[in-house]
Amino acid sequence: MDVMPKWAEVVLVPLISLLLAAVLSALVILAIGEDPIEAVNLMITGALGSTYGWGYTLYYATNFMFTGLAVAIAFQARLFNIGGEGQAALGGLGVALVCLYIPWPHWTLAILGAAIGGAVFGAAWAAIPAYLQAKRGSHIVITTIMFNFIAAALLNYVLVSVLRPAGQMDPATARFPEAVHLPTLHDMLAPFGIAFSKAAPANISLLLAVAACVFLWFLIWRTKLGFEIRAFGQSEPAAQYAGIAPTRIIMITLLISGALAGMMATNNVMGEAERLVLNSVEGAGFIGIAVALMGRSHPFGVFIAAILFGFLYQGGAELALWTSIPRELIVVIQALVILFTGALDNMVRMPLERLFLMMRKEG
Amino acid sequence: MDMYLTLIQLLDSTVRLATPLLLACLAGLYSERAGIFDIGLEGKMLAAAFFSAAIAAITGNVWIGLMAGIGASLVLSAVHGVASITFRGNQLISGVAINFLAAGMTVLIAQAWFKQGGRTPSLIGNGRFEPVTLPFAEAMQDVPILGPLYYELISGHSILVYLAFAAVPLTWWLLFRTRFGLRLRAVGENPAAVDTAGVSVVGLRFAAVAICGVLCGIAGAYLSTALQAGFVKDMAAGRGFIALAALIFAKWRPWHALYATLLFGLFGALETRPDVIQTITGMRVQGQLLSALPYVMTVIILAGFVGKAIPPRAGGEPYVKER
Repeated sequence: MDVMPKWAEVVLVPLISLLLAAVLSALVILAIGEDPIEAVNLMITGALGSTYGWGYTLYYATNFMFTGLAVAIAFQARLFNIGGEGQAALGGLGVALVCLYIPWPHWTLAILGAAIGGAVFGAAWAAIPAYLQAKRGSHIVITTIMFNFIAAALLNYVLVSVLRPAGQMDPATARFPEAVHLPTLHDMLAPFGIAFSKAAPANISLLLAVAACVFLWFLIWRTKLGFEIRAFGQSEPAAQYAGIAPTRIIMITLLISGALAGMMATNNVMGEAERLVLNSVEGAGFIGIAVALMGRSHPFGVFIAAILFGFLYQGGAELALWTSIPRELIVVIQALVILFTGALDNMVRMPLERLFLMMRKEG
Repeated sequence: MDMYLTLIQLLDSTVRLATPLLLACLAGLYSERAGIFDIGLEGKMLAAAFFSAAIAAITGNVWIGLMAGIGASLVLSAVHGVASITFRGNQLISGVAINFLAAGMTVLIAQAWFKQGGRTPSLIGNGRFEPVTLPFAEAMQDVPILGPLYYELISGHSILVYLAFAAVPLTWWLLFRTRFGLRLRAVGENPAAVDTAGVSVVGLRFAAVAICGVLCGIAGAYLSTALQAGFVKDMAAGRGFIALAALIFAKWRPWHALYATLLFGLFGALETRPDVIQTITGMRVQGQLLSALPYVMTVIILAGFVGKAIPPRAGGEPYVKER
């Protein structure tokens, strides 16, 4: 009983939503007295015009892939996980502990250990809201928001009072040992004779993020568990009738979601900062919401959307550097994307459906 | 006597810090009682804080500033209403979008208007709400016990504080003693019944969302023109979420909203006075623990361990008229 063909549903609706968000963003830039075309040019050269720009774009994109996938898998089960920020922050703690207290001989082993550490901590932080949603019916959105704040306070405490090395002023852990430093894209591409910027932070975690996209696609569309998650998301009563246990699905989905958010820390904590600092997540958990909405909760869509947001993030930073447009422009664009692709979805869909119905009657 | 004065001062800052929470909490109360979840309280407060400070700075009149703040908050309410009532979008996603929109827009516009790194100029004179000295406060100041209580705690707040406290009985009366209130509550429990009775679900929900906008506007104006003298980036600082927490705590009831926000205000006041806690409990309590306490308590309440908080039944559900 679909009114629209699949291509319109998957491509046309999000595209029109994005276009609306872009037009409004351009109007905002105009309203604050700047030239939108020049701004876009600056963003493109800043984010994609050099390997340095690409390095940052891909670094941000890696973060957003993890958090975007985290939100996306929860969306598949109709669960709205706003807790990516807190889960990624706790993932950072997991990665830091693994890197600091286990004497890794080589980074190849360390990245696996760190990914597991981040995943376990992220999943653990999602486990409590998940349990409360599944067993006690507490609203997942409110509990995950609360857990973001609790995570911030907890991390503040841990960094100030527990993990801070003696004699150091800023609340951060010690630097990770040399052996666990991850190779950057510069190191990875140099053997192939490709000169990639040394300064940019993009690192091998990018491959881990891409692998996570593929893994999640396989999980959601090629396994029994994935089927159960989607069925649960489509209709809880029907899923229950078919013998799918809601508690189990809610728990598993949110544990995977938290684990993905936590694994983000291999990129920002292990790959870039090489120590855990306060606010290491820098809002990536929230951007994951926009990325998942834009990517229609599909791993491939998330991949594309993450790169687009990586571009926006790096382009926005360049914009703030060269013009008087502050970085917060990205936050506005992000808000418009969430608004149009998420909340005002029907505003685009309803007229389109009418259009397709009319065309069908004539044809 | 010294201890008494410290206590009075502590309660005084409790009231100050509870006021924006109370206004936002009541705002959420109207909206959620009508079946519209609103996690955009934070964003509306922030937008109102900016616009009231900005317009007050430009015109030099804080009342015009207040109107501008309410206006900005109402615009965001309208967006939320259109998204979640007219187009039956996801109310939570709409709220998230509004929070981001406010966070970005305020800095963007502040930079374009004032070029001071995303803040407004400091407000002076008529540009901000001054404390109101209640009658006889000065005269009573030296009366033991009662004097300081009246002078320090009850008198000397901005007019918005008294407005917020007056809003509590008013809300109770409006919700539980008027026809409008009955319908508003019904639309959050069973919109189909209200619709069958020939009352507009859409109209009622928009009215509730608008009241929510007005109250968030006052809350935001209080932050930037009474609590502080000017807007700074992200100055709502999670208060919208604490207000939501307080709302759950209060189980969507006006008087309980007052108690809950006063409790959270007390936590805020204690956070700035670790010495007081130390003298009372004899222990050093971590500031981080105190700042996390409202959130932890909310989770515990939500889990139903201390009395179950049951939200309005139709909350979060868009109403689809039968076709």
